[in-house]
Amino acid sequence: MTTLNSKDLVKRGAIWAFIAAELAFFSIAGQFLSGSDSNFLDPGNMLLLLKQSAPLGIIALGMTIIMINGNIDLSVGATFALAGVVLLDSLSWPFMEDLGDWAIPLAWMFALLTGMVLGAINGLIVWKTGVDAFIVTLAAMLGYRGLVFMYNGEQPTSNMNWTLVDFAEAQFLGVHTPTWFLLGTAVVLWLLMTRTVHGRNAYAIGDNREAAVNAGIRVGPHILWNFVLIGFLAALSAVVFFSESGSVNPNDGMLFELWAITAVVLGGTKLAGGYGSIISTLGGVIAIQLLRKGLGHIGADTQTVNLVIGLILIAVLILDRHLNRKGKEELKI
Amino acid sequence: MTGMTRKDVGTFIAKQGILIAFVIFMIGFAMANQRFIQIDNISGVIRSSAILGVMALGVTFVVIGGNLDLSVGSMMSFSTIVVLDLHDKIGPALAIPAMFALTLALGAFIGLLVGYLRLNSLIVTLGMLSAIHGLTLTWSGGKNMDIENKATTWFWFFGQDRILNIPVPILIFAVLAVVLGLLLAKTPFGRKVYAVGGNDQAATFSGIPRARVVFMTYIISAFCVATAGLLQASRSMGSQNNVGQGMELEVLAAVILGGASLMGGAGTVFKTVIGVLILGFIQNGLLLMGMDFYVRYMVTWAIIILAVWLDVAAKRGRLWSPIA
Repeated sequence: MTTLNSKDLVKRGAIWAFIAAELAFFSIAGQFLSGSDSNFLDPGNMLLLLKQSAPLGIIALGMTIIMINGNIDLSVGATFALAGVVLLDSLSWPFMEDLGDWAIPLAWMFALLTGMVLGAINGLIVWKTGVDAFIVTLAAMLGYRGLVFMYNGEQPTSNMNWTLVDFAEAQFLGVHTPTWFLLGTAVVLWLLMTRTVHGRNAYAIGDNREAAVNAGIRVGPHILWNFVLIGFLAALSAVVFFSESGSVNPNDGMLFELWAITAVVLGGTKLAGGYGSIISTLGGVIAIQLLRKGLGHIGADTQTVNLVIGLILIAVLILDRHLNRKGKEELKI
Repeated sequence: MTGMTRKDVGTFIAKQGILIAFVIFMIGFAMANQRFIQIDNISGVIRSSAILGVMALGVTFVVIGGNLDLSVGSMMSFSTIVVLDLHDKIGPALAIPAMFALTLALGAFIGLLVGYLRLNSLIVTLGMLSAIHGLTLTWSGGKNMDIENKATTWFWFFGQDRILNIPVPILIFAVLAVVLGLLLAKTPFGRKVYAVGGNDQAATFSGIPRARVVFMTYIISAFCVATAGLLQASRSMGSQNNVGQGMELEVLAAVILGGASLMGGAGTVFKTVIGVLILGFIQNGLLLMGMDFYVRYMVTWAIIILAVWLDVAAKRGRLWSPIA
């Protein structure tokens, strides 16, 4: 893969071209349709947009690895909610209150550990039972949601810690804390997928699991680690989001998995595994957030966002089909 | 039983695991609480499972055909909202067929994309989940829908009436289950659905029109969703925009619990009904035992994984996965 042919360039550039088109459309259409005077391309607006993409983005980046692996994780929304509950609830435990502000890093650790444990449970089941990840995580989506409800019934879990809120709303070099987390995650995962053995194995397993086994890759532990990783990232996303909002509703994060998968697919990652890129997923996340914000900016009903994103997803699939029409699996009827 | 080796017993348990589990659960719940096996309780459980069940019947066809349908939940919200809205505008006699037509059109669109254009069903229906939700919100303007004059309409019949003392939702669920069960098990079309789901290419080479068969499975699914929307609307006579949200995955859970393989080619309508009933009775049994409502989520989690695990284990002949 040292030389990129033109088709690859088209595929990798597509999401960025789409983002550029969105930017152009919304800033021009905004001139005529927007009620507000502010420019859509205003740097403040763009920074806010990045900040708002962080919670979904961090999960979608992890989902990319799972999907390159040829698996899927439908339980990330529930993991997100449970990690949020642990984060906020642990701050009010008696021994934590004695610690003052030192309780915060500890609460983060508890939340992240929760995510890693939930991910490990999924990964172990996938590895040891050989049941498809789709089914394992579908069931876990219900099970983990049950754990969320167990914590506090249908009541929200709230804990406003102003140190925490200040941290989450802080800006370093003009960029918000959640954005730094998103960018940091993207860099680390990009390095992981392009520069390490683990990353290479992830592609190999997704491309052809049997060949990977024959090549001596230990597929089981590899899959387990990836599920631990996405559990960790779902919890990290919760840490970033709930530190600021200070309140978890037991239904929070529902359908998050589907939005994350949408972002990953928009970025061009293949459901069948073996192909995909972290950076393109970042593009997919930004494209979705742009659409949400842009439609609001030009005064469209927020309800149309769902409609538009759904249709775009299908359009991407049709386009992709045409770009990839290369004999292999085609059997036209 | 002398002729059976240990392995035979294992295979038998694994194959009939779902029925065995069902029986054990029923006996356990019945011993724990007498109320559980009373007729009115049983009929109550089946009635409240009917909406999920009707949707699961349709999804069974899609899954056996080797595809997925994640859009049924949001499509059910759409049907419910549309029929409630049209009820006040053109009357129930016209609103119901109009709603069925619109829902079937959505199903046809999905069938076109997945069947004829051969797009990935997971992503198409994921996109449709979102798109139809948007459509519903646009239709209702984001507001809840309510029937204005609840006293004078006969619309409540489908969700609330009884015939021969049997609740109508149960009757509809039962009739649909029998009809679709026969369609799947006893007709050439049914055999084609299995063939397409089992081996796409082989089916094509033996002259089965794959595209048309897949298209039809989505039409059947949409028909079931429309029926479920009708039951929902008629039961509550008013609805929020997201009444079916999240049901797509519960429906899928019931279908998988019934033993349909996500790879396609396996499953039956009868087993899906069992899957639906297991979910319903477990929910009810746990509540009667005084458990909190969330316990059922965790029990469902364990049951789905155990059920599929046993199934997979029976097929490969060993309990643990051979993955290194």
